[in-house]
Amino acid sequence: MSEGHSTYTPKTGIGRWVDARMPLPRLVYDSFVAYPVPRNLNYAWTFGGILALMLGAQILTGIVLAMHYAADSSLAFDSVEKIMRDVNSGWLLRYLHSNGASFFFVAVYIHIFRGLYYGSYKAPRELLWILGCIIYLLMMATGFMGYVLPWGQMSFWGATVITGFFTAIPLVGEWIQQLLLGGFAVDNPTLNRFFSLHYLLPFMIAGVVVLHIWALHVVGQSNPTGIEVKSKTDTVAFTPYATIKDAFGMLVFLFIFAYFVFYLPNFLGHPDNYVVADPLKTPAHIVPEWYFLPFYAILRAITFNIGPINSKLGGVLAMFGSIAMLFLVPWLDTSKVRSAVYRPWYKLFFWLFVIDAVLLGWLGSQPAEGSYVFMAQMATLFYFAFFLVVLPVLGLIETPRRLPNSITEAVLEKNKAGGGGHPARATAAPETKG
Amino acid sequence: MSATDIQDPNRRDFLYVATGMAAVVGAGAVAWPFIDQMRPDASTLALASVEVDVSSLTPGTSLVVKWRGKPVVVRNRTEQEMKDGEAVNLAELKDPLARNANLPADAPATDANRTTPGKEAWMVMVQVCTHLGCIPLGQEGEFGGWFCPCHGSTYDTAGRVRGGPAPENMSVPVFQFISDTKIRIG
Repeated sequence: MSEGHSTYTPKTGIGRWVDARMPLPRLVYDSFVAYPVPRNLNYAWTFGGILALMLGAQILTGIVLAMHYAADSSLAFDSVEKIMRDVNSGWLLRYLHSNGASFFFVAVYIHIFRGLYYGSYKAPRELLWILGCIIYLLMMATGFMGYVLPWGQMSFWGATVITGFFTAIPLVGEWIQQLLLGGFAVDNPTLNRFFSLHYLLPFMIAGVVVLHIWALHVVGQSNPTGIEVKSKTDTVAFTPYATIKDAFGMLVFLFIFAYFVFYLPNFLGHPDNYVVADPLKTPAHIVPEWYFLPFYAILRAITFNIGPINSKLGGVLAMFGSIAMLFLVPWLDTSKVRSAVYRPWYKLFFWLFVIDAVLLGWLGSQPAEGSYVFMAQMATLFYFAFFLVVLPVLGLIETPRRLPNSITEAVLEKNKAGGGGHPARATAAPETKG
Repeated sequence: MSATDIQDPNRRDFLYVATGMAAVVGAGAVAWPFIDQMRPDASTLALASVEVDVSSLTPGTSLVVKWRGKPVVVRNRTEQEMKDGEAVNLAELKDPLARNANLPADAPATDANRTTPGKEAWMVMVQVCTHLGCIPLGQEGEFGGWFCPCHGSTYDTAGRVRGGPAPENMSVPVFQFISDTKIRIG
């Protein structure tokens, strides 16, 4: 799609002068105004824009919070309380930042599930998908280190448990853990380096986002039918069509975000983090932030030794493996049809996978005892089976529904059948017509 | 004629390889301080040894001191606790090694090997769960030793792992009685 000839024509003398020297306005125009997008994009496609907005918002509130925060283990907790009580509007900025992290992850999970549902990772979008996975990993590192900064009990013990993963590595594990902590336990050096890296990583995310968007603009956006754009009638201009749709999506998203910030600011947090870190006392029940819970459940599900791998290393490998699966998805899925709309069996397994992921999240929040352990083991088994068995096998044995010849045909058929339905419902249309 | 043909490329090859090697060595030399600075610094290492007055500990009581940022429990065990510890069949243990820094690495996890000769009543141990680093609670769990609230590992009266996901016995640090009432840890 980027192959399309640039239609930018500067209207003023200054515009022409700049265009001849450093054509940034041309790049912006070609990328965000004239850029053609498939005409059938639904609201699931607005989350890319929402994520960009959240990244910007997190950087903005984060930079301001850093002006009031003290990255020292004897001051950190009190400085956060000072932000909450003394700094003008500090409570709002901190709640925006802490809830913003959660909503950043809400958006990224919807974005990832959309990619899985519509097969957005398939050729030629493998690199686009992998760049997204890298952004997700960087987000996890950033979120984890950010949660350590308030220096509450969950901060401290979360950091202890998560850096403890590395001690599972044979021989060099202990050394790596000390390298990460800058000591023998989580302490001031750990807090200092986590603050420094927490400040750095969002800008690295922004860098990878540029690559992500670059890759997107080379191959063009996928769409609910999964059929490539074939003619000009399949597309509309980014502005105003996608711009206004993204803007509306952002607005709705921000309304929900604001509801949490103002009415449920601590709903997604943990009360133990309002107790100052105590290296000599572990809280009764350690849980990570909600967005890590599915992986935490997988970590704890491995309670048995697997050959030479003990349960601790096994749990850590399973946890990292569960994220590594995402990187392999473009090659694990053997189906030639992209969208789940035309894949009845895949659609079923996709929703089972969503339920499984939510179930794992809930299990991660429960204590690791009794029947919870067995349920977590079964849910972990299904998680891996989805990637390693369902995706490869289903592509070979499933009979997909008939694909429309083009995006335009799909849209017109939908309009004929459904009486000119809402664009967001366009995805559901082709399956109803048989 | 042919000699110069060979000689010229040789000189270039030399410069090429020498430059490349200098770049690799230089990159390594520059990278090392950036990794090295992350390791525990001198002030952290300076806390490597602490002295503890244990004169106040009667049998059945314990105290916790902070050593290298981690809690070290000093427990004056009761007769019963020692008996329970000695009665354990070593074949039942999940981790058969003593994990005692004062002994060879392959020392078996007998009750005596978890303590120090002549002072078998005294447990000195890093009170950190070997699973993921939580602090187990003392004198709890089904073996009467320690119980980790995070993921449910249980330890006996000699701090040996008996159940749950923890892979190893809790570690005994380097320590010695410098007098009858004083212990130096580290």
